[in-house]
Amino acid sequence: MIKLTVNGAARSFDGDPDMPLLWYLRDEVGLTGSKFGCGAALCGACTIHLGGTAVRSCITPVSAAEGQEVVTIEGLSPDGNHPVQVAWRDQNVAQCGYCQCGQIMQAASLLKDTPQPTDAQIDDGMSGNICRCGTYPRIRAAIHQAAGQTAAPKGERL
Amino acid sequence: MIHDLKLMAEQAAAEPAPRPALANVSRRGILGGAGALVLALSLRTPAKADETQTQEQKEHKYGADGMPHGWRDDPKVFIAIAPDGTVTVTNHRSEMGQGVRTSVALTVADELEADWPKVKVVQAWGDESRFGNQDTDGSRSLRHFFQHFRHAGAAMRAMLTEAAAKQWGVPASEVSAKNHTLTHAKSGRTLGYGAVAQAAAELPVPSSVTLKDPKEFRYIGTGKIGLIDNFDITTGRAIYGADTKLDGMLYAAIARPPVYGGTVTSFDDAEAKKVAGVVKIFKIDGAPIPSEFMPLGGVAVVAKNTWAALKAREALKITWDDGPNASYDTDVFRKELEAAARQPGKVVRTQGDVDAAMAKATKKVVAEYFVPHLVQAPMEPPAAIAWVKDGMCEAWASTQGPQAANDRLMKALNLPDDKVKVNVTLLGGGFGRKSKPDYVVEAALCSREVGGAPVKLAWTRDDDIHHGYYHTISAERIEAGLDDKGMPVAWLHRSAAPTIGSIFAPDPKHELPFELGMGLVNTPFAIPNMRMENPEAAAHVRIGWFRSVSNIPHAFAIQSFVSELAHEAGRDPKDYLLDLIGQPRKIDPTTIGDVWNYGEDPARYPIDTGRLRGVIEAAAKGAGWGREMPKGRGLGIAGHYSFVTYTAVAAEVEVDDKGQVKVHAIDIAVDCGPQVNPERIRSQMEGAVVMGMGLALTSEITFKKGRAQQNNFDGYEIIRIDAAPKVVRVHLVSTGTYDGPLGGVGEPGVPPVAPAIANAVFAATGRRIRQLPIRDQATGA
Repeated sequence: MIKLTVNGAARSFDGDPDMPLLWYLRDEVGLTGSKFGCGAALCGACTIHLGGTAVRSCITPVSAAEGQEVVTIEGLSPDGNHPVQVAWRDQNVAQCGYCQCGQIMQAASLLKDTPQPTDAQIDDGMSGNICRCGTYPRIRAAIHQAAGQTAAPKGERL
Repeated sequence: MIHDLKLMAEQAAAEPAPRPALANVSRRGILGGAGALVLALSLRTPAKADETQTQEQKEHKYGADGMPHGWRDDPKVFIAIAPDGTVTVTNHRSEMGQGVRTSVALTVADELEADWPKVKVVQAWGDESRFGNQDTDGSRSLRHFFQHFRHAGAAMRAMLTEAAAKQWGVPASEVSAKNHTLTHAKSGRTLGYGAVAQAAAELPVPSSVTLKDPKEFRYIGTGKIGLIDNFDITTGRAIYGADTKLDGMLYAAIARPPVYGGTVTSFDDAEAKKVAGVVKIFKIDGAPIPSEFMPLGGVAVVAKNTWAALKAREALKITWDDGPNASYDTDVFRKELEAAARQPGKVVRTQGDVDAAMAKATKKVVAEYFVPHLVQAPMEPPAAIAWVKDGMCEAWASTQGPQAANDRLMKALNLPDDKVKVNVTLLGGGFGRKSKPDYVVEAALCSREVGGAPVKLAWTRDDDIHHGYYHTISAERIEAGLDDKGMPVAWLHRSAAPTIGSIFAPDPKHELPFELGMGLVNTPFAIPNMRMENPEAAAHVRIGWFRSVSNIPHAFAIQSFVSELAHEAGRDPKDYLLDLIGQPRKIDPTTIGDVWNYGEDPARYPIDTGRLRGVIEAAAKGAGWGREMPKGRGLGIAGHYSFVTYTAVAAEVEVDDKGQVKVHAIDIAVDCGPQVNPERIRSQMEGAVVMGMGLALTSEITFKKGRAQQNNFDGYEIIRIDAAPKVVRVHLVSTGTYDGPLGGVGEPGVPPVAPAIANAVFAATGRRIRQLPIRDQATGA
């Protein structure tokens, strides 16, 4: 029996301890914001926070979460207004949006460790997260905005 | 695109001889002009034919009218208004990142005079008889439906106005509708939209409507509207293909034949059955070659969670019969293609006398270009949930073609149309892959097999890369005869590439007209003698469309070759390219061998070389073309016409001592005619730059023994943020009015990216790139 906390709620799991956290979260808990992209820690679509650190849930067994706090995109902010989420909306970063939950979780972790990142630090911190739609210029802009280095784009946004 | 294929196959069978000409046409003016227009609600009446049209042209339907089920001309199908005033717009086009849900809703809202925060969008299920055509590909959602959605919004506004007028007992002409409020100025009375919504919905749809004056647009063309799904996307609430939850749902994974056309000889599932949570393991029969959109077959595992299904699949022991493509090897095949391109092939356009002009030319230049297979690799692999029970099937799928999925489910399950329903989720990217609903059918076959439980089918990344509908593989050979000024007097282009037609019919071994029309035959150069040939090329994998399709190899070859010719002539590549395009003129595409023209009326959509010149000049200007470059840096340029839109890219590239290519800046200019949502046009161009960079620099699928040699994002490399340019400038070149024809946006950004980068590498190093991806070709070795 594995005991862990998911977005603040205590949970236990008595299934296969080797099951990756991604499938535990999606199939067992029903949290589908974390996405499958590669299954091999190559794309970052499944990024969550485990014990406060960004990890790839697709290769992290649920057993590694024993006694730890898991935070998914659904739990990043109670009202969906984490500064990174707000910046992502202000910059209209998303195209298809599929990778963006992982991008946002990675960016939130990056900003926790490096509150004022340079472009090079952003590239370094975010290069494990692939966006096939190619939203990278806007991801950089949104991270700078969330860091308070730039303002939201001017003009009415309806 | 499936419809285009059928059409093309028919046309190919009775192919008219290409008409030799490089004609200027401007046969018919663009519909309307500025100002409020009163038009019949239906746009389905074909535009008036004129005396220069052939009988075939008069009968041919274009745009949305040329698609199966065309357009459903009924605002009540697309717009619902609740008593609280909430406007719900039904969007029938699949959302895969192009922003269509936002753009359709804002178009309706503008003409409806709706207050944007009160507008919601819901996604139509697959039902073309109800909604009109739903094939979301070919960069045509707004191109085909913008005017129709304007009309729907305007018609509903008229109905609200009429309902308010009736309630007040005043003439409708005295009632105005503005920002969700109906006003009778004379009496100072007002009503909200919700208050008369029910009465309005009961009125007949007016036979003619007054569109807004584009000067009065509040949302269209402003770029002020944020993505309608922004909140859901950034909070994990957005529902994609694998995110729907159903009670009692099971999870499936399928081991498919590693070679196209292969079959299961035998399998041993003893170990797989031991995996906890496995419910059932069974064989699925695949469709034989050509398998079209039907499953490849294999062995399916259904389990109580995804992990168990994947683990059990891993434990299967399967013996395959690899079938007729068992020896497919892309290294060998490339040589075959190149050999084919060195021999005469089927002539697909001819003009003047190429052989005579070539014989008299001062100089001849020949170059060969190669573009490998690619796979779309959307971040969300194919995903679907299906529930087959009690003689019915309902599916929830990430699909670009819900009607196509519906039809294949009917076929696979032998069910009538009214017993099948395909719900469309958000798509985690599509790029053409998700037009093919093989995975939706697989999910349904699994659900049927387990006796009525809904089944979620997971495709892994390896599945996606191993069992794709691959971008073709092509050898392009171009030969030019030059005059004493270095300008071509003769141009011979041979393109050898397996055709997408091979998945629908016994391999025709020739590119179909819609592939030839993607930048091969319709090369709009002012060269007196031109011939395009298409030698045979057989398909050994499923060939499918990949964002911008055959424009990729054609544009790469042509735009690289132009740069090579400019170098031969000792001229600036941009000036040389403009000279080759020649003076601004409008070319009837049918006169240069293009009978397709993206399904659009050649009179409404001539190839306008002035617009092509315009984007090339805009990109060059943006990049500061002609400035002095430091050592190791270079600028390259390319321009291309695709999806009835004009795009050009100027790339600034640095090649370091080790030959590593770094793209510092991209200027991309686009002229897609009137711009509905400039914010999303910019976003699509930014994205196309990155996707184009991937195929230019790193992406490639190779085959050995019929098997794809790449498995995941380690072998199939796509651009990551650290390789993305620091500067991407999008230049929107605006032409035309909102009542005129729109161009495509989703795909046209891709084709000029790779040749612009390759040309920049040459400018930086003197090393010519003739095959993609570039990888380490720029090393000094």
